[in-house]
Amino acid sequence: MGKTLFDKVWDAHVVNSVQNGPQVLYIDKHLIHEVTSPQAFNELEARGIPVFRPNQIVATADHNTPTLNQDLPIKDELSRKQLEQLSENCAKNGITLYELGHKYNGIVHVMAPELGITQPGMTMVCGDSHTSTHGAFGTIAFGIGTSQVAQVFASQCLLLTKPKSLRVTVNGKLKNGVLPKDVILYIISKLGTNSGTGYFCEYAGDVFENMSMEGRMTVCNMSIEMGARGGMIAPDDTTFEYVKGRKFAPQGKDLDKKVTYWKTLPTDADAVFDKEYVFDAEDIEPMVTYGTNPGMGIKISETIPVDDNASFKKSLEYMNFAAGESLINKPINFVFIGSCTNSRIEDFRVAANFIKGKQKADNVTAWLVPGSKQVEAQIIEEGLKGIFENAGFELRQPGCSACLAMNDDKIPQGEYCVSTSNRNFEGRQGQGSRTILASPLVAAATAVAGKIVDVTKDIETLEIVSH
Amino acid sequence: MLDKIKNINKKISALAGSSMEKFTTLTSRAIPLAIENVDTDQIIPARFLKTTDKQGFGDNVFRDWRFDKHGSINKNFSLNNPKYSGSILVAGDNFGCGSSREHAAWALIGYGFEVIVSSFFADIFKGNALNNGLLPVQVSEGFLKTLLETVEAHPETNIEVNLENQTISIANSDVSESFDIDTYKKTCMINGYGDIDYLLSKKEQIEAFEAEQTL
Ligand code: SF4
Repeated sequence: MGKTLFDKVWDAHVVNSVQNGPQVLYIDKHLIHEVTSPQAFNELEARGIPVFRPNQIVATADHNTPTLNQDLPIKDELSRKQLEQLSENCAKNGITLYELGHKYNGIVHVMAPELGITQPGMTMVCGDSHTSTHGAFGTIAFGIGTSQVAQVFASQCLLLTKPKSLRVTVNGKLKNGVLPKDVILYIISKLGTNSGTGYFCEYAGDVFENMSMEGRMTVCNMSIEMGARGGMIAPDDTTFEYVKGRKFAPQGKDLDKKVTYWKTLPTDADAVFDKEYVFDAEDIEPMVTYGTNPGMGIKISETIPVDDNASFKKSLEYMNFAAGESLINKPINFVFIGSCTNSRIEDFRVAANFIKGKQKADNVTAWLVPGSKQVEAQIIEEGLKGIFENAGFELRQPGCSACLAMNDDKIPQGEYCVSTSNRNFEGRQGQGSRTILASPLVAAATAVAGKIVDVTKDIETLEIVSH
Repeated sequence: MLDKIKNINKKISALAGSSMEKFTTLTSRAIPLAIENVDTDQIIPARFLKTTDKQGFGDNVFRDWRFDKHGSINKNFSLNNPKYSGSILVAGDNFGCGSSREHAAWALIGYGFEVIVSSFFADIFKGNALNNGLLPVQVSEGFLKTLLETVEAHPETNIEVNLENQTISIANSDVSESFDIDTYKKTCMINGYGDIDYLLSKKEQIEAFEAEQTL
């Protein structure tokens, strides 16, 4: 029987197996940030265990960083200390850190791919559930807890039980204005938030084959929102082209050798998955969420479903929405375009293309937060900054920002935010905040209208620069 | 009293991050939390993740459900209801979804929980719990319903969890169910071993694996 992409990468990394138990999996790259690493460093230090392979670890500061005045000392004492501790830990253990203000600094899942740290066929981990993003390269990448961060520090390995395999195939041609974000929100709305638990997901079909690397990252990023530990897309020429020439990418003969290997990774035709789902691209439309988990999504033109379940009702109560109603024309005061789901250059191009020549509505506060310093630089270079500023949008400095609202970028109590991030949990964007997840296009359109509008209506006349 | 001391010691050793306290059996009252999809942002909101050690998270577990926006106690929330107590939390389906923050496990342990019962656990949370000596017990939907109804109607009911036999029962009744747990993880919990000790013992093999890599 043939092997899946996941099998091939997994099997190449098994160091040994515990009898009737988990396997020891070798980890090629370990990404760390300020929030989930300090306790792991403490544990190692307390037990006198050295960091085993510091050269395979890369650190960035992102979760807790301000998005204004990054050159000034951080005001919040606890946040400042957390960043100082990261710097100290990295210096002490010989780990490369792209700290705040560094030209390579950014959200861990944005900066690593753009530096060529992420490569096909690798195993990668990070103390962050959206590590699944890197699966876009045909990489086994998944989020881990802090105990596991310590384990990887100590041994460059993890003890894991091999997950089951799941494949989601989407074939056909996406309608104009339907972005990768809509594809993954659609899939999660159909499958629910725990359908992927215990599985690693492969996305297949021509929709993903025709998608840019940025789009593939958006899709793989949200795999965790259906419970899957990770998502993967087979590496192809699009992947190789993206990796080629990046700072830490292999070069010359090394690259040729790698590409030859990477080409062997796609799932064999006769491989069998534990679970399969197939969708039709034509059925997908721009999506919005109406509840407090990412599975509670509808096409923008649909109405909120009716359900008797207590948790469903609690969720609608929190959002102050009624079953059966439409979200079209709901006034919105906050728009956030950012997070590791949608803060890459392509996302800002889509937004700028829509916003160009228009004005943000007076009631709206619109934050644009690039995923990295490099994306920020590119926004300026491509002249998008002027478009945003002329339209009244606020371009901030890179970081996780209002995706988890650990810094000062919080949505106020009771306010709605149309957000390109990945979680609409209660209070995720600030205590009492209400999040509506959407694509950068829907977010941009909301900011201009000051309310949710059916973008499908004027989509025919839109020129979308994506996929 | 002795139990109390044992409990406190257990918490401290688990949170110190060294090898875990052993878990064999537990008999305790339970606190019901009949909500599905309880995510890690609810268990411990992001604004409390700024500290760099494992202590103190228990004070903020379920912060925005336990307190309203003005900081007053929400009397309707089960953790605040004086009729409920104990170190077992009985929660709705898909508990612990969302982020990988291990702070969620530390917060639950810090508050005093030793066992979480649900009909489904999210992957990363489950692993984090096990790595800290907090036992996730996955039961059938029917058993969960019975458990929630019993605890809500008779809060004084004791629940017995036996890891060796892999059973969870309502004391003084014949209501009981067996639960699954990875054999390796079970051994770790019973003996108080952590994965890190095992991995360190495999150093030679790991180095040999590295040496074999040609690409
Ligand atoms: S942007 Fe949001 S989801 Fe992504 S790493 Fe940061 S906090 Fe996590």
